[in-house]
Amino acid sequence: MQSPVLIAGLGIISAIGNNTSENITALENGIAGMGDIIYLNSIHRQKIPVAEVKMSNEELAGRSGLSSQISRTALLGTIAAEEAFNDSGIRGLANTRIGFVSANTVGGMDKTEQFFSEFLTNPQKGRLRDVVHHECGSITEIIAEKLGISNFVTTISTACSSSANAIIYAARLIKNNILDAVVAGGADALTKFTLNGFNTLMILDSDACKPFDENRKGLNLGEGAAYVVLVSGSLIAKLKKDPYCKLSGYCNANDAFHQTASSPEGEGSFLAMQGALKNSGLNPRDIDYINLHGTGTQNNDISEGIAIKRLFGPVYPKMSSTKSFTGHTLGASGSVEAVLSALSVKHGMVYPNLRFDTPMQGLPFAPETKFSKNEPIEHVLSNSFGFGGNCSSLIFSKN
Amino acid sequence: MDKLINDLKVQIIAQLNLQDIKPEDIADDQPLFIEGLGLDSIDALELIVLLQQQYKIKLSNPSDGPKVFYSVKTMAEYITANQS
Amino acid sequence: MAAYIRATANISAQNTFEGYQALSEPIAYTNNRLSCVEPDYKEFIDPKMLRRMSRIIKMGVTAAMKCLQEANIKMPDAIITGTAYGCMDDTGTFLSKMIEFNEEMLSPTAFIQSTHNTVGAQIALMLQCHNYNNTFVHRGFSFESALIDAKMLLHEGTANNVLVGGLDEITGYSHVILSRFNIYRSGPVSNINLFKTSSKGTIAGEGATFFLLSGDSSVNNYARLDAIHTFYKPSNIAEIEQNISAFLTVNSIGIDEIDLVITGRNGDAKGDAIYQQLNNSVFKDLPAANYKHLCGEYPTASSFALWLAANILKTGTVHPVLLEKHKDEKEIKRILVYNHYQNTHHSLYLVSAC
Repeated sequence: MQSPVLIAGLGIISAIGNNTSENITALENGIAGMGDIIYLNSIHRQKIPVAEVKMSNEELAGRSGLSSQISRTALLGTIAAEEAFNDSGIRGLANTRIGFVSANTVGGMDKTEQFFSEFLTNPQKGRLRDVVHHECGSITEIIAEKLGISNFVTTISTACSSSANAIIYAARLIKNNILDAVVAGGADALTKFTLNGFNTLMILDSDACKPFDENRKGLNLGEGAAYVVLVSGSLIAKLKKDPYCKLSGYCNANDAFHQTASSPEGEGSFLAMQGALKNSGLNPRDIDYINLHGTGTQNNDISEGIAIKRLFGPVYPKMSSTKSFTGHTLGASGSVEAVLSALSVKHGMVYPNLRFDTPMQGLPFAPETKFSKNEPIEHVLSNSFGFGGNCSSLIFSKN
Repeated sequence: MDKLINDLKVQIIAQLNLQDIKPEDIADDQPLFIEGLGLDSIDALELIVLLQQQYKIKLSNPSDGPKVFYSVKTMAEYITANQS
Repeated sequence: MAAYIRATANISAQNTFEGYQALSEPIAYTNNRLSCVEPDYKEFIDPKMLRRMSRIIKMGVTAAMKCLQEANIKMPDAIITGTAYGCMDDTGTFLSKMIEFNEEMLSPTAFIQSTHNTVGAQIALMLQCHNYNNTFVHRGFSFESALIDAKMLLHEGTANNVLVGGLDEITGYSHVILSRFNIYRSGPVSNINLFKTSSKGTIAGEGATFFLLSGDSSVNNYARLDAIHTFYKPSNIAEIEQNISAFLTVNSIGIDEIDLVITGRNGDAKGDAIYQQLNNSVFKDLPAANYKHLCGEYPTASSFALWLAANILKTGTVHPVLLEKHKDEKEIKRILVYNHYQNTHHSLYLVSAC
């Protein structure tokens, strides 16, 4: 009989708050995190809105205990992972097999970009310490070292579903009795590379995004980090603490339609959600709230919307996209939304989908526009769909 | 116009890395997307960049794309109309 | 639960795409950068997709397709890749254009293809495979993480056939940058004679190796992957020896039941000293083979080692160029693969004949 997987700790840093309680406060008060570029040195300043974490690298370094010369991704990741680890109560527990599974898409690209400017003028130029942590895995190792976890550390990178896949992998490590607890999630800092990359795809909104709205114009890039601490059933008993919730189901599927676009019938999204329901033994009508992937692009939103119509129709749960607050945090988005979903189960919170006016044509449902708490939330579904057709869904349930 | 059309064919082949295709393989009126050359949404974005890089024309509204990029001929007409 | 290696395909600096017999005529190099012998991609990939693909994507997708062909499987239940560096050529292209053109008039293709999951995604796209798809990017454990994920899927019963691959490339930029870290031999270096001189530095390599892992023991498999173990930054040789001993104990195997050990010796004196010490302790009296003089050093090179182990067990042959220590005529039934990447990422595989 496989162990249940419980969530014992949470940590998050995003454009709307530097820790869990700040994020909740912003969500409750409808305060979004997107605006003009503050920290990134890009020509797109004052042209493209982004959702940056409101701390400079020096401030993040002070908070994380790392050098300000280290990649911003590592700084953000460390802060969120430490919050989650400390929150969980498993830190320092003897005879406990603990692992760390982290995700990111950019690795240390923020420093590599700086290196490359000089390197391109002369191959002997550029500071090597700016590229030594270029790799995604290297960033994970910096955070793991801070947590004091050295055995069983790995990194996943599957575009926007990365940290959802990290959480799935971590859960399976526990279910397969390889580990007792795993700190799982992801981090991504805003970089010129990603900002310009997404700009070439012409899917960035020049205003604050409007997910799931008929007149949506694109996404806002964000940055952040978030981690959950997953523990086995026997470990939660030992901890004598109430978990936030249970990770009751998950599924990883692939759209296999196009490298960047989602299929019109939302096949990958449909399979991921359906698979997660099957995995958890739940029916669509058991879901009380869907935390949408909801980036705000023309293509993503209708694809996800149609998949929801196919799976849930004619009765739909409440739903919203918290990317309307945090922006799209790429590799961190799966875990950012996992943290918010876990909090939703714990406190009965349903988050509003900001700036929503007009339902998408052809979809007989609309997202929530008001924040509420103490709702009877039993099961929450969280979606993360990425480039390469990588679609993952997670289900969080009351324990 | 003929020279522009021919130049465009060469540039399109290069920008989209259409390795096995020669300019004479692309008819002026042939649809570039779906049928014909079977280009996709990423190619459309590449063609927008081509317009900018080679002709200094910015197509700021991607939804104009299907009309402008329907064929090499429509592209040439758009360039001729918009080059100052 | 064991995983059976039903099929495997390998693109490397040797003619390995043609098969294991290529190592009977190994290719000799004299520089410190070994580039892959590339097949005719058109045989495996449609021109419409091929035109967008950079080298590593072409290599990965082709090795994967060949592997599936050999396994006679059209649709794997899962696709898992491990790559430390990802798609570096596309990354370098986009980055350099971004800097050169000061963030203006950039083209999307290189950016789209630069994401680490591109190889796994392109395989899924070509096969129209909607099943589980994952990519690990953890330095010298990228391939091992993918293997562990695959084994878990087989154990869970959610998959019966898993396509798993390890891949990494060298690009012009990456070789210059990595060279600045002084990890490669300088001056002309013979790869075949790499271990004849003790010197600082190794030779750079690249490759794409795929496996079809199955839970099915009934067909003509190459070998059985019994177990995998990884350990990170061991403090000293004793800790390495303890990990090796514990690994064998947990798998109920005595060291005398190992017929061959394949080690990740790479020509760098400091790193190779570890293998030398083990040759005098845990691996004493064991026949030993090496592979990095043929494929070069890269974070997922252990995938080449697994390909090698599978082929040795299937054919019963160890090509002379591989052997470090003499092997007697005893049949090879069990292989231990031990590799370390920069003495930080250590891995062990136990592979058996089946």
